[in-house]
Amino acid sequence: MTLEPLVVFLPLFGAILAMPLGRAAGPKAAEIASTVLVGLAAVYAWVLFFDVALGEPNPRTIRLATWFSSGDFQADWALRLDTLSAVMLVVVNSVSFLVHWYSMGYMKEYGETPRFFAYLSLFTFAMLTLVTADNFMQLFFGWEGVGLASYLLIGFWFKKKSANDAAIKAFVVNRVGDFGFALGILGVYYVFGSVEFDTVFSVIAADGVAIPYGMDTGAPVRELTVSFLGHDWHALTVIGVLLFIGAMGKSAQLLLHTWLPDAMEGPTPVSALIHAATMVTAGVFLVCRCSAIYENAPDAAALVTIVGALTAFFAASVGLLQDDIKKVVAYSTCSQLGYMFFAAGAGAYGAAMFHLFTHAFFKALLFLGSGAVIIAMHHEQDIKKMGGVKDLLPFTHILMLIGTISITGLGIPGLYLFGAPFGTAGFVSKDVILESAFAAGETGRAFAGAAFTLGLMAAVMTAFYSWRLIFLTFWGRSRAPEHVRKHPHHVPDSMMIPLVPLAVGALVAGMAFYGHFVDPAKSEKFWNGAFYSAEAHAPADDEAHAGESHAPADVHAAPAESHDGDAGAHHEESHHHVPGWVLWAPFLAMLAGALPAAFHYLRGDPLRPGLLRPGGLVHDFLKNKWYFDEIYDFLLVRPALAIGRFLWKEGDGRTIDGVGPDGLAATVAAGARRIVRMQTGYMYHYAFVMLVGIALFVTYVLLRLAGGGQ
Amino acid sequence: MGVFETLSFFVPELLLAVGAMALLIAGVYMGERSARPIALASAALLLAACVIVLLTPVGGGQTLFAGAFRIDAFSSFAKAIVFAAAAVAILMSDRYLAGEQLGRFEYPVLIVLAAFGMGLMVSATDLIALYMAVETQSLALYILAAFNRDSRRSTEAGLKYFVLGALSSGLLLYGASLIYGFAGSTRFDEIARVAAMGGDNLGLAVGLVFLIAGLAFKVSAAPFHMWTPDVYEGAPTPVTAFFAAAPKFAAMALFARAMSAPFLELIDDWRPIIAIIAVASMAVGAFSAIVQTNIKRLMAYSSIGHMGYALIGLAAGTAEGVSSVLIYMAIYVVMTVGTFACILMMRRRGGMTEAIADLSGLSQTNAPFALILTVLLFSLAGVPPLAGFFGKWFVFFAAVNADLVWLAAIGAVMSVISAYYYLRVVWIMWFDEPAPAFERESGPVLGAASSISALLMFPGLVVFIGALVAAAEKAAASLF
Repeated sequence: MTLEPLVVFLPLFGAILAMPLGRAAGPKAAEIASTVLVGLAAVYAWVLFFDVALGEPNPRTIRLATWFSSGDFQADWALRLDTLSAVMLVVVNSVSFLVHWYSMGYMKEYGETPRFFAYLSLFTFAMLTLVTADNFMQLFFGWEGVGLASYLLIGFWFKKKSANDAAIKAFVVNRVGDFGFALGILGVYYVFGSVEFDTVFSVIAADGVAIPYGMDTGAPVRELTVSFLGHDWHALTVIGVLLFIGAMGKSAQLLLHTWLPDAMEGPTPVSALIHAATMVTAGVFLVCRCSAIYENAPDAAALVTIVGALTAFFAASVGLLQDDIKKVVAYSTCSQLGYMFFAAGAGAYGAAMFHLFTHAFFKALLFLGSGAVIIAMHHEQDIKKMGGVKDLLPFTHILMLIGTISITGLGIPGLYLFGAPFGTAGFVSKDVILESAFAAGETGRAFAGAAFTLGLMAAVMTAFYSWRLIFLTFWGRSRAPEHVRKHPHHVPDSMMIPLVPLAVGALVAGMAFYGHFVDPAKSEKFWNGAFYSAEAHAPADDEAHAGESHAPADVHAAPAESHDGDAGAHHEESHHHVPGWVLWAPFLAMLAGALPAAFHYLRGDPLRPGLLRPGGLVHDFLKNKWYFDEIYDFLLVRPALAIGRFLWKEGDGRTIDGVGPDGLAATVAAGARRIVRMQTGYMYHYAFVMLVGIALFVTYVLLRLAGGGQ
Repeated sequence: MGVFETLSFFVPELLLAVGAMALLIAGVYMGERSARPIALASAALLLAACVIVLLTPVGGGQTLFAGAFRIDAFSSFAKAIVFAAAAVAILMSDRYLAGEQLGRFEYPVLIVLAAFGMGLMVSATDLIALYMAVETQSLALYILAAFNRDSRRSTEAGLKYFVLGALSSGLLLYGASLIYGFAGSTRFDEIARVAAMGGDNLGLAVGLVFLIAGLAFKVSAAPFHMWTPDVYEGAPTPVTAFFAAAPKFAAMALFARAMSAPFLELIDDWRPIIAIIAVASMAVGAFSAIVQTNIKRLMAYSSIGHMGYALIGLAAGTAEGVSSVLIYMAIYVVMTVGTFACILMMRRRGGMTEAIADLSGLSQTNAPFALILTVLLFSLAGVPPLAGFFGKWFVFFAAVNADLVWLAAIGAVMSVISAYYYLRVVWIMWFDEPAPAFERESGPVLGAASSISALLMFPGLVVFIGALVAAAEKAAASLF
């Protein structure tokens, strides 16, 4: 009997117990029970992390049960424990535990905490099944599970219309992504005849012959084409793009990002856990998990890169002008996810996971800190109405400062201590990403160069909006109403203590884990084959079919050899080959953003118009978030509503109901009345009906036999 | 075959006939106090007959009385159900009759005599025997319908039933005479031989139409159904309960034998007629019941509709079809008995109630009762996984296998429409404001009958369906 399943199932027990326990023993019991259970899971996750990843590599898969077995289709419930999932386990369980803890203080005045904690634990469980999946079906289960939990939690205050709208929006937008994702899974099964990660990735690694479902002949999988929408496409590219559409929805990438800012309608701990640290990173996790696919589908990888880079730029630009403290952090999340994606698209999977890891710390910290501010300011979220909060919440101020220097990337470029760059977590991981992108661009990887440029510009803006948030909220003179200033809400200790570990992580996680995640010397052992690497699979490739297919494999291997798999290979290269200015560029970008912010918001009236005057074209463009919501409203929502209304009123109401149910019902009622009217009670009527009946039958027989006989 | 050997296959009927006469004499001597003991004795007599039927091996079948009757698996199957249903009907009447001052010893004896007639009906293989059996049964039923002779409604019901029944007997007899005229024999096997010779069968076919009309009257199939609602409503409720179960089964069994044994060769002539009767019955049942407010009238239309479904199986004209009819009718009898047991429990201080509105909010005043009736109504509506669904399923399946897809499709549509009025009653019971509660004390028989039949609907039938199907298939096979 192994204990590993506990790491996934303890939160589920918490989710199941919370409501009954809340009813039987009061909300406090429910809160403590679910928090303790997730806490135990978090401890165990760290144990597993040391066991699986940090010490001697010890990856394993534990099969729990068979889920589907239908013909040659098979999917299991399993726990795949390798470095990738161990990292995710640590992130998810730790942040979830801290958020549970924090919520005990935050949710106190809102009530209904058992339900809230049940949802939180349910989310945690779903996220854990997602990251420990060993096949696409279980991944999809977790994927939909976190979507459900996200929907429930965004709409937690279901009496608020805006919360309900936001929940529905999140659900619907994710449906678009999930449609792509589901098609991607179908594509995987169609091509490989299996949804098991091991099977799929090993076939790709060996470039084995894949015979699509229902086909007589196959082809080596890297050259295989499939017919889709009337064209022949490169199979892996199609699969990669479809899976990425799912990732775009879940991770709020450009075009499918609109739900994330609205999702801030949910309680703040939810924003920290689901919409910053964990769920939204599921897309990054998916791309990293499927590195074997993307490394052999350059076009799909290019799409990942450019979408990620554009998102990083777009979200950062919108963040510049947001006034709602949570929306600033939300757009920041969106932007940081863009970084992770273009790192993955550029083949630096280690760097992407590294940033995912560090981002969880500083972004959860920023969100939870904002939550403390919101509570203290009597649920005010507009930073223009704050100011001077550092006197009210000195400790929160320090924590938020730590989060800000982490996300903006404060560090000393070029200084290495104990083999790791010296700086905050965000500094280390963002630098690695930008350098990897630059290096990938140098070797000709599509869009990697553009991603580097866009990433730098996003870094400038990140620094600006992050410091703007600090300056407007905490510094300067208070702009809050009198009673708020005099009597801020008390912020309980249970909302402060959980932030401490996050702050520590935001400072040192980068330096502490640099070596394992991305340093070329150690990272290969750390990741231990969790990411696809062309070199590692080259011999198998030769064995599979020497000769004819060698040339194309080489083409793909060229960029991959230097960058892919472990980003350490990159980084090593970046140290030796990237020019010095590339190392300094992120730091300078940070200064380029932070200094104007200080210049503008620390002197004079912080609310005076700046470079972008209200009413100007650029101002409105950014203020309205690039008009995405308006465009979608015009292109999709309103036509859909119009079509829906037409089908409802004309199609369903008048045609289907009119002819079908309503018409049928009317006919039935009329028929019933008519038949019953014949039931007069007079015997001669009854006898008459009988005789008419028999006369008709006799006539029928006579006609039939007379006709047939002659 | 010697006389005694012949009579040895006739023990159940002899038992009932002799027993009925003995009970009659006993009743006359004992006077008014005798109602209850004689009712119990009659029920015991019927149950004993049922047991004897079940225990008597019939092998491949025995022809008795020079071809007038035939004892085979089919007749045994039918008799067992008919006798059991009749016995239950007597037991269920007890409270009601006592309450309504109708407790007279003739009542159970009449039921025994009717059951005797039904026993003859299901084994008749000769037109004269057939007619004699039908009349034996019917005369007892006419009297039963008018049993509450001080009530206008009851006497009116009895009179209507009698006059229209006489008309149908006339039709049946006329058909029999035509058939005899053209076939030269009243025996089924002889008729079958003549029919198989082919040639001009016009006279035979016209006679067959009249025969069908007479039998359709007995099973209350449209357009010969008009008497049913009036009689069901007017007759005392236990009598209605009896009418709806045993005689329906017996008549349908006779119908199946009369169509299969002598006239199988003429199937092309009778199949469309049976199909039309089936469709008409289902339609009448489905549509008319919708506007009813009296539960007994509702059940009358319900039974008309159910006869339509059963006739679908008969229209298939195959062994599978006949077996599906038997399965359908067996399930129908059980659920009808259960439902009428529930109706008999609708008693308030001051007397019985019959309005559907009286069931309002029953779930709040008497939840077990509401639950039982709900199960039975769902089964009547044919909702899976209840037994009523399986009954329809077998019938439709038989029709589809006989290339009567259209008939099965109409049946499916009609069952959807008819679901409406069953569900309306369920709605009233569960969601309307409660009406005054019924009296709790209704005696052990009604409670047992309703709950056992509900349990048989689910999950009982899931367990017994295999045995039921096997028995029905064996019974049907003996006709072909």
